[in-house]
Amino acid sequence: MKELRLMKGNEAFAEAAIRAGTDAYFGYPITPQSEVIEYLMAQNPEERTGMAVLQAESEIAAINMIYGAAGCGKKAMTSSSSPGISLKQEGLSYIAGAELPCVVLNVVRGGPGLGTIQPSQSDYFQAVKGGGHGDYKLIVLAPATVQETVDFVKLAFDLAFKYRNPVMILSDGIIGQMMEKVELFEQIPRSDEEYDWATQGKKPGKDHTIITSLQLKPEEQEKVNLRLQAKYREVEKNEVLYESYNTEDADYLFVAFGSCGRITQKAMEMARKKGYKVGQIRPKTLYPFPVEVINKLSDQVKGILTVEMNAGQMVEDVRLAVDGKTPVEYFGRYGGMIPSPDEILNAFEQKFIGGK
Amino acid sequence: MAENLIKPENLVYEKTNAMTDRVLHYCPGCGHGTAHRMLAEAIEELEIQGETIGIAPVGCSVLAYYYFDVDMTEAAHGRAPAVATGIKRVMPEKYVFTYQGDGDLAAIGTAETIHACNRGENFLIVFINNGIYGMTGGQMAPTTLENMKSTTSPRGRDIKTMGSPLKISELVAELPGTYYVARHSVHTPANVRKTKRAFKKAFQYQKDNKGTCLIEVVSNCPSNWKMTPVESNKWMEENMFPYYPLGDIKVPQ
Repeated sequence: MKELRLMKGNEAFAEAAIRAGTDAYFGYPITPQSEVIEYLMAQNPEERTGMAVLQAESEIAAINMIYGAAGCGKKAMTSSSSPGISLKQEGLSYIAGAELPCVVLNVVRGGPGLGTIQPSQSDYFQAVKGGGHGDYKLIVLAPATVQETVDFVKLAFDLAFKYRNPVMILSDGIIGQMMEKVELFEQIPRSDEEYDWATQGKKPGKDHTIITSLQLKPEEQEKVNLRLQAKYREVEKNEVLYESYNTEDADYLFVAFGSCGRITQKAMEMARKKGYKVGQIRPKTLYPFPVEVINKLSDQVKGILTVEMNAGQMVEDVRLAVDGKTPVEYFGRYGGMIPSPDEILNAFEQKFIGGK
Repeated sequence: MAENLIKPENLVYEKTNAMTDRVLHYCPGCGHGTAHRMLAEAIEELEIQGETIGIAPVGCSVLAYYYFDVDMTEAAHGRAPAVATGIKRVMPEKYVFTYQGDGDLAAIGTAETIHACNRGENFLIVFINNGIYGMTGGQMAPTTLENMKSTTSPRGRDIKTMGSPLKISELVAELPGTYYVARHSVHTPANVRKTKRAFKKAFQYQKDNKGTCLIEVVSNCPSNWKMTPVESNKWMEENMFPYYPLGDIKVPQ
C-alpha cells in the first residue's frame, strides 16, 4: 500500500531502498548521509525482505562489495558524501567497465578536501564526466525534493539494469537532511532473476561466466569502448528528464538543478512579479543532460542564467548546449553556502537588466 | 590408438574438469599452475563446480578467470576480499574463493584482507606468496625477504627503511574470524598433496559456515628471482621456508 510519511531525505532514501527490493547495501559512515545506514540497520531489512546490509571497513571496500553483489545480478547500492565518493571512483570505473548495474547516492557536501559538512553541488563534474579513470559515464539523477529522492531509487535501478551501468543519485546536504512529506511506493519483492552475464554459478553444459574489465589486446579494448559509447548514445537519446517552468513566453531562462533548482524557482517567481518574463529548466538527469530543450530555448531567450551551489560547473554543459546562440551567465555560492532567491534575482538583474 | 592402451585401472593422471583447456600464461617452473590445478581438483572432487564463484586479483594471476572453469570475477588490485564479501552476502549458499598474490593481498589490499578475516566471512582466501611483484616485473613486495634484491630494492631490502617482510598469515590467524590458516607449498609431490588437502578442508569448513579460511602457498618466481626453476625451488627452501615455515598456523579447536 502507498503510504504518506514525514521523513528526512536520507531516511526516506533508505526506506525506498528496502521497498525497491534491494538485495544488498554496503556503506561507510560519513556526514551528511550517515542516517542512510543507521536507518537501514534500525529497520533490520534482513528480517523485512532478506536484504543484506553491512558497514564496510572503508568506502573502497563498500564499492567493491557492490561490484561483487552486482556481478551476481543482484540489486546493490551504496551511499556516501563527497570525500567518500572520491574513494569510490576506482570501483565505479571497474563497475562501468565490467558493465554491471548498481545505484550510488551522493549526498554532496562542500569541498575540496575535507571541505565542510554543509550542502554543495560541487561534485557535478565528478558525477557527469565519469569521475574515475577511463572513458565511461554514470547515469546521474538529481532530485530536488525528498519525494524525488524516493522515486529516483526505483528509476535508478530500472536504468541501471536496462543499461547495465552504474547510476548515481546526486543529492546534497539540504535534501538529505530536511524533512518533507513523502509518498512511499509499495514494497517490490526481491528478485531471483538469472542473467547470462552474472556470476550465479556455472550451469551444466554452459560456458562459465567471466566478469572483467580487462582486455590486453587494444583491438579488443577499443571494441569495449565502442560498445560503451554506443550505449551512452542510447542513454542520451532515451533517458533525458527535466522540469520546465514558464518557458512558453520566456525572454530569459534560469537553469538550475536539485535543491538549488527549488531556490531558483522562487527567484523566477519574484522576477515574474517584477515584470521580467523568466522561465526555468530544472534538469532531473544531469547525464544525459537536457541539451535539446536548452538549445531550442536559446533561440527564444535573450539570455540564460545558470545557478549552482558550486563555482560554475553545469554552466559548461549549458554553454555547450546553447552553442553560442545566446549569452550564458553563471551565479552561485559555494563552500557550503546556499544562495537566497534575492541574491539570484539580484544577480539576474545585474547581468541581464543592467543593475540598479 | 593411444587411448585404448590406457585401461581405467592404469589411469594415474587426468585433466581436471574444473579447469578449462586454455594454455596457462605462467612462466616455466612457476608454482601458479600447480596451485591452480590443486584448487580445481579440490573443487571437482567436492562436486561444487556449479556452486563455486572465484575472484581473480591483479597480479600474475589476473587472468586466472580463464583457467578455472567456474564463474569468475576479476577484482581491482587488492579488493578481492571485498568483492568476495559482496558475492557471499547475496549468495551465501555458494562456495566463494579469492586467489591473490602477496602484493595484492598483503600490500594494497591489507585492509580488505584483515577486515574480511575479522568479520569471519565464509570464504577461502588462497594466498600465493613468492616474495615479489611478478606481473609488473620484479618489484619489492611486502613479503620480500630481508636483503633480497628486487628492481625497487636493487641493493637488497633494507628493513630499516623498507620495513620487515610481512607475515600476513600469522597476523590474520590472531583474528577470531579466521577458522583455518595454513601455509603450504607446491614444489614437491608431497607438498602438492598437502596443499590440495588444505583446499578441500577449507571448502568443507565454508560449507559449515565456520569463518574465513586462508591458505598461503609459498611459491617461487624463477623469472624475477632470475633463477632456473630448480634453483628457485632450492632458494625457496633455503631462504623462504625459514622465514615462512610450512604447516598449520591455526587449526579448528
